[in-house]
Amino acid sequence: MALNLPIYMDNHSTTPVDPRVVEAMLPYFSSTFGNAASRTHAFGWTAEAAVEDARESIAKFIGASSGKEMVFTSGATEANNLAIKGAAEYYQAKGNHLITTAIEHKSVLDSCKRLERQGFEVTYLEVGKNGLVDPAKVEAAITDKTILVSVMLANNEVGTIQPIAEIGKITRARNVLLHCDAVQGAGKTPFDVEAMNVDLASVTAHKIYGPKGIGALYVRRSRPRVRLVSQMDGGGHERGNRSGTLNVAGIVGFQRACELMMSEGPTENARIRALRDRLHQRMTAALDQVTLNGDPERRLSGNLNLSFAFVEGEGLMMAIKDVAVSSGSACTSASLEPSYVLKAMGLDEDLAHSSLRFGIGRFNTQEEVDYVADLLIQKVKKLRDISPLYEMHQQGIDIKSIQWAAH
Amino acid sequence: MAYSDKVIDHYENPRNVGSLDPQREDVGTGLVGAPACGDVMRLQIRVNEEGVIEDARFKTFGCGSAIASSSLATEWIKGKKLDEAGALSNSQIATELNLPPVKIHCSVLAEDAIKSAILDYKKKREARQALSAAPKQASAAPKHAAANQEATASK
Repeated sequence: MALNLPIYMDNHSTTPVDPRVVEAMLPYFSSTFGNAASRTHAFGWTAEAAVEDARESIAKFIGASSGKEMVFTSGATEANNLAIKGAAEYYQAKGNHLITTAIEHKSVLDSCKRLERQGFEVTYLEVGKNGLVDPAKVEAAITDKTILVSVMLANNEVGTIQPIAEIGKITRARNVLLHCDAVQGAGKTPFDVEAMNVDLASVTAHKIYGPKGIGALYVRRSRPRVRLVSQMDGGGHERGNRSGTLNVAGIVGFQRACELMMSEGPTENARIRALRDRLHQRMTAALDQVTLNGDPERRLSGNLNLSFAFVEGEGLMMAIKDVAVSSGSACTSASLEPSYVLKAMGLDEDLAHSSLRFGIGRFNTQEEVDYVADLLIQKVKKLRDISPLYEMHQQGIDIKSIQWAAH
Repeated sequence: MAYSDKVIDHYENPRNVGSLDPQREDVGTGLVGAPACGDVMRLQIRVNEEGVIEDARFKTFGCGSAIASSSLATEWIKGKKLDEAGALSNSQIATELNLPPVKIHCSVLAEDAIKSAILDYKKKREARQALSAAPKQASAAPKHAAANQEATASK
């Protein structure tokens, strides 16, 4: 099979839209384009029927008992903002304390920081070396002022899958709401809001081969009924939780993406895991000083986050410019700080700078994996040849023993 | 980020990669940056009796712009007198490579590496002159050089 360049291996960032999803969406741009809120004509009724049908499918995708529990948003960032700020504002009479982890997505962390400026208190739980949150630490952090715990299902950088079911038992017993940012994990690892006692959950279409610009927040309607203060004022759509004309085509695409994930997910994840392991094994067989970041077992099937010691991540990405991956190196961000997730896991900063994240997905092939492995091996060797740190390592000098001047 | 053609050229075909023997009296070594900051440059110069840089070598751990900055630096200082090389500024490197604002620190590091290598060479030469001025023979000089790599790292 011919190899097409460039190769996309950054599926945690976003995924291509499955052609079957595109096909399902197309009529909703032209022939059935109506506004789902139009109650006075067939155009509106058709759109509304499509949206309500999609709601049920997407609810089923995460184990929710009713489509009425799904609030459509522009994506997961908005869903996370609505869950955290909306719950904090609604329940502020009950308490002012929230608990989250140091490795959440920025849309969770920055929502919490805004709440802190408004007088709320937030506990940011530390994670272990493998990126796992300890449920006992969640329990220990809960006070009589705690209203919400927010823990992600799977981390976007290292793929670590969090013990949501264990945390859910604790939050339920302590009468505290549990929000789960399920963006990376839903469809890729078991997730069931009922079985796991999750009260609020954020999902998005574009990580599961659906379109960008459409996401949803699951809001539990019974035992307990969860209430939010809406963050978007307007026509009172989505039961008053989120005003704004619904993205009908996006919602239909989201539905189709969920259906495909439910029917094909298990087989697909096994195939992706095999490709991921093949990529990992080929590179570690040929290169020394390559370390895995994250948990070796409790990890998303497509995730491979490696540190190639003595080689800087952005420099390495430049050498493999026909392969789309991402790096925890500071050089990939304007902030000049390496990945906060890897730092929170206690990884040395030099290894954080040396990290690459591979995200294997539905459309990657074994040919691509082999090409990427061979290319990486060749380029890492080349860059180590020009790395003063690798030379020192070979001479037996411990680079940690040197008094480096920070700059 | 889009790299300039010159950065790509230096990155793909780095000039003067390698090492010079740091123990030699006519070699100066500069080791600047820090692994925790994501860039480390080692730049070495070999200087003749006339104070002209006859050879320059580098090895860099860093992004493409850091590698290109150090490669360009070695290219520019070769054949230059020490004071001319020492006068080279980071802005000349940044301009030549068309570095964006977030990459200016790469050119600063290259300037530091040149200055650090020159300083190391001068210190060695002064130590040698002090020894030859002393009544005893001057065969101990290389021992100073041996400790030098780590000394420059701490700036």
